[in-house]
Amino acid sequence: MAPTRDVAVVSYASWTSPAELQRNEVEMLMPVVAEAVADSGLPREEIGFTVSGSCDYLIGAPFSFVSALDAVGAWPPIRESHVEMDAAWALYEAWIQIQKGSVDSALVYGFGKASPGDPSEIFTLQLDPYTVGPLWPDTISVAALQARAWMDRTGGTEHDLVEVGARSLRNWAWANGVDLEPDAVDELLAQPTIASPLRPGDVAPDTDGCAAIVLAAGDLAKELAAKRELRPAWITGIDHRIEPQALGFRDLSVSTSTALAALTAGVGDGPVDVAELHTQFSHEELILREALGLEDGANVNPSGGPLQANPPMAAGLIRIGEAAARVMDGEAGRAIAHASSGPCLQQNLVCVLEGEDA
Amino acid sequence: MSAERVAVVGVGQTEHRAVRADVSMVGLVREAAKRALADAEMTWTDIDAVVIGKAPDMFEGVVMPELFLADALGAAGKPMLRVHTAGSVGGSTAIVAAGLVQSGVHERVLTVAFEKQSESDAMWALTVPTPFQAPLVAGAGGYFAPLIRAYMQRAGAPADIGMMVAVKDRLNAIRNPYAHLKLPDIDMQMVEESPMLWEPLRYLETCPSSDGACAMVLASERVADAASRPPAWVQGTAWRSEPTLFARRDQVNPQAGLDCAADVYRQAGITNPREDFDCAEVYVPFSWYEPMWLENLGFAAPGEGWKLTQSGATAFDGDIPWNPSGGVLSSNPIGASGMLRFAEAANQVRGAAGEHQVEGARRALGHAYGGGSQFFAMWVVGADKP
Amino acid sequence: MADEVLVEHHILEYPGGYTRTVGPVIGRYLTGLRDGRLIAVRLGDGRVMIPPAEYDPVTGEDAGASDADFLEVGPGGTVTTWTWISEPRPKHPLDHPFAFALIQPDGADTAIVHVVDAGTENAMHTGMRVVPKWRDERVGDTLDIEAWVPEGTGGASAAKPATSTEPVTTMSSPVKLEYDIGAGVAATRFLLGLAQRRILGQRTGPGGDVYVPPRGSDPKTGTPTVDEVEVGPRGVVTTFCVVNLPFSPLAPEVPYVCAQILLDGADIALFGLVADMPAADVRQGLRVEAVWADEVGPTLESIKWYRPTGEPDAEYDSYKEYL
Repeated sequence: MAPTRDVAVVSYASWTSPAELQRNEVEMLMPVVAEAVADSGLPREEIGFTVSGSCDYLIGAPFSFVSALDAVGAWPPIRESHVEMDAAWALYEAWIQIQKGSVDSALVYGFGKASPGDPSEIFTLQLDPYTVGPLWPDTISVAALQARAWMDRTGGTEHDLVEVGARSLRNWAWANGVDLEPDAVDELLAQPTIASPLRPGDVAPDTDGCAAIVLAAGDLAKELAAKRELRPAWITGIDHRIEPQALGFRDLSVSTSTALAALTAGVGDGPVDVAELHTQFSHEELILREALGLEDGANVNPSGGPLQANPPMAAGLIRIGEAAARVMDGEAGRAIAHASSGPCLQQNLVCVLEGEDA
Repeated sequence: MSAERVAVVGVGQTEHRAVRADVSMVGLVREAAKRALADAEMTWTDIDAVVIGKAPDMFEGVVMPELFLADALGAAGKPMLRVHTAGSVGGSTAIVAAGLVQSGVHERVLTVAFEKQSESDAMWALTVPTPFQAPLVAGAGGYFAPLIRAYMQRAGAPADIGMMVAVKDRLNAIRNPYAHLKLPDIDMQMVEESPMLWEPLRYLETCPSSDGACAMVLASERVADAASRPPAWVQGTAWRSEPTLFARRDQVNPQAGLDCAADVYRQAGITNPREDFDCAEVYVPFSWYEPMWLENLGFAAPGEGWKLTQSGATAFDGDIPWNPSGGVLSSNPIGASGMLRFAEAANQVRGAAGEHQVEGARRALGHAYGGGSQFFAMWVVGADKP
Repeated sequence: MADEVLVEHHILEYPGGYTRTVGPVIGRYLTGLRDGRLIAVRLGDGRVMIPPAEYDPVTGEDAGASDADFLEVGPGGTVTTWTWISEPRPKHPLDHPFAFALIQPDGADTAIVHVVDAGTENAMHTGMRVVPKWRDERVGDTLDIEAWVPEGTGGASAAKPATSTEPVTTMSSPVKLEYDIGAGVAATRFLLGLAQRRILGQRTGPGGDVYVPPRGSDPKTGTPTVDEVEVGPRGVVTTFCVVNLPFSPLAPEVPYVCAQILLDGADIALFGLVADMPAADVRQGLRVEAVWADEVGPTLESIKWYRPTGEPDAEYDSYKEYL
């Protein structure tokens, strides 16, 4: 048995800000969902399935996903579900529902605000509450343990890390038409570490934002895309894997779960024109490149990636959206997207998107 | 394009208690999962993917606890998903897990739902005071009791129907070795004399707060056909959501519940629920939700649900037993409560429900709901292939 | 659009901290810490794992099922990776610069997360030898080790005898997170209205439904609401319950009445308390009006509760769609 339906991204919208202090989550999400739905060409009522990803703890209140439904227009009642995960996994769930054959289209969205709280403390609560949690190792410190493990294994340097951050900034400036003179790598290296070997430029910024994607199957996807003179971004492979969390149990210098997911998704079966990776710390890109088998010259995070904008619970879905957008506009023939969850790349999702009819 | 067939081939649950002081969260979820694996005659390595569900993370104060629990559930190197759809989550989680098989992606999926409410307390976790949010001025009961009053008014129901449900479900729980509340002396008088918390709702008409977990192994047709124990075939799954609040919303008989039932019945070929089902496991956290859901689910005409309860039709020896396990009124680990309904329904049609087996049950409904009666998840399971 | 939205500080903290029951295997580890010993478990393939788990992380099979599976490791250990924290956060275990590290105790095949109190970053390197510095008063918690210190620097201390011999079965887990929550644009308009003793809703469009409190969106369509409409302060009790426990700090006394109230001009009922009358006399259809607090401001507490107006009860048909 294997999934048999062709499924494609047919529209994508996102919005990010260092801090959205005016609008609440529903107000922030409403125009983005509306844009993705309108761009898909599907009437809202005809979308078969809706699924979202978010995290209650970001605003310290249970059921925060419930009010987000107000941004969707869930009337008449809709087929709907929610994952307490990055919305990239919501997209996986939508893909499953379409594979199952019960629906032909799906709306996926994710949202999260970093600004109300301190995500580097909030996500510390993901760690084993019995033996690790009491130490309150913030997420940057935990990531730094992985960064050094990578350096110790490979002989890589802090210079290598800083270069990732510098390139991310250059890519972001290019993608957004911003004229800036990025700091030289040496200047970045002169900054003090937050948690050695990580410096501010190695760490994704706190960001507020959201994203929405519409998926459609087969002929419907072709019809919808043709109307807009775009091509659908076909999902030709998607898989996700998780590792044991215990930081002292696994080899932090590699990402075995990414490699496994990449194998199933078929990353190595063709050229990679663009890779959008959910790199929340600079060293993660270096570990992921190896796990994904990317060549040295691979075009990684042309959007700038999470090191420039990292809204929690949406940043992984944004990777899929950005990769799909490059395929839809014809810039890339074959793109891969990656999303991550948990401490030190514990859980990883890999998605392959292609422009030619699958 | 039609989905692959899927069946329940293993069911496990914990002993549900106010405090499971003997286990960690790890021990709690493994207790249910290991029982489901044993029932399925499988080991951890047989499982392709794991789907975990629970209600708000504030119950335990661990963000996305499935991350630290993943390998405890044998998920190392495998796909793992975490579902959260409020009170309906146990049902939604089972539907997500079933989808992994129906889509043709996996053949053996372990799904687990849990809550360890005693790490904090349920009233706090469900009503954490939040800026700018109108506080639930009286806890969850204060939200639902006015709706119960509206139902009583609308249906002209006698005041003692809720008490009858409270007695019936607790009597059923005596036959369920896993149930939390065991009240062998329960009768109408005991319920009536229990404190009136949210008039018209008495203490013994409300659900307890439990620690507990539930697990199932879902398998493809090929695997289920080879199983030595009878599988429960999934004949239909459905979910529906509607907003919490909107103008002229009918919260007593919500459209999302009506639509969800109609969808799952269509898939399973159910035309007369009372006749076509042999029993039902329905999410009844407050006694009056039995007559309310009897109507919402089409077992009775609008305004007539209470008459079914009153006639004894939903009792263990009635023609359509509801909650033979004792239901949510007897055990309520919130995240798991919906999956317990789905799993108990499956065990009934497998003939594996033990002392609370409804004799000859061949088709059963599993139901869960959550939020402000706005999230619904249902499945129909049967002894026969769909 | 409001230029400034209201922001409120929010503390998420379960009073007294979470109580975790730790089960037999983690309990044995924590009991070991209380006793000044590092306890590991031997997995099925022979590897020695610390902290011990109830299962093999790779296979999922049970671990630690018998006493013979547990063994003491350390006390010395090796740093396998580390990070220097030059500016500790308030929640960190040490208030001066230190390292978080993975430390593999001698005899173990895995490492634990802990802190190394090494004085300066220059003293840290992967592969360095460290020993635990035990607290004198130990309770069965990860922090019973105050820190690890470089071997041979004299900072280590032999564990003093434990004060208890009972197995550790629970631990307390304080979690306090702080937030600054913004109300959003629509809710800010509503709250600023309350500060002027006005109840402001929003209409979904011409001839459309009026939502109060406004949520900024029409939940049925997901489109923005814009037109502001003043509603109330009178309305009708559509349904209610009598609460006999002191759940609400806002309630004047117990029993009190928690009602759904459809304000005049609104198309959705909101929750409110009904007071200034016997609870037993509250009924569906009762006409009520908002009672303002002596001091009003941009808070929900500006409306204390609702009291009867003395008008004739509303006909059931007039509000039955709002239940």
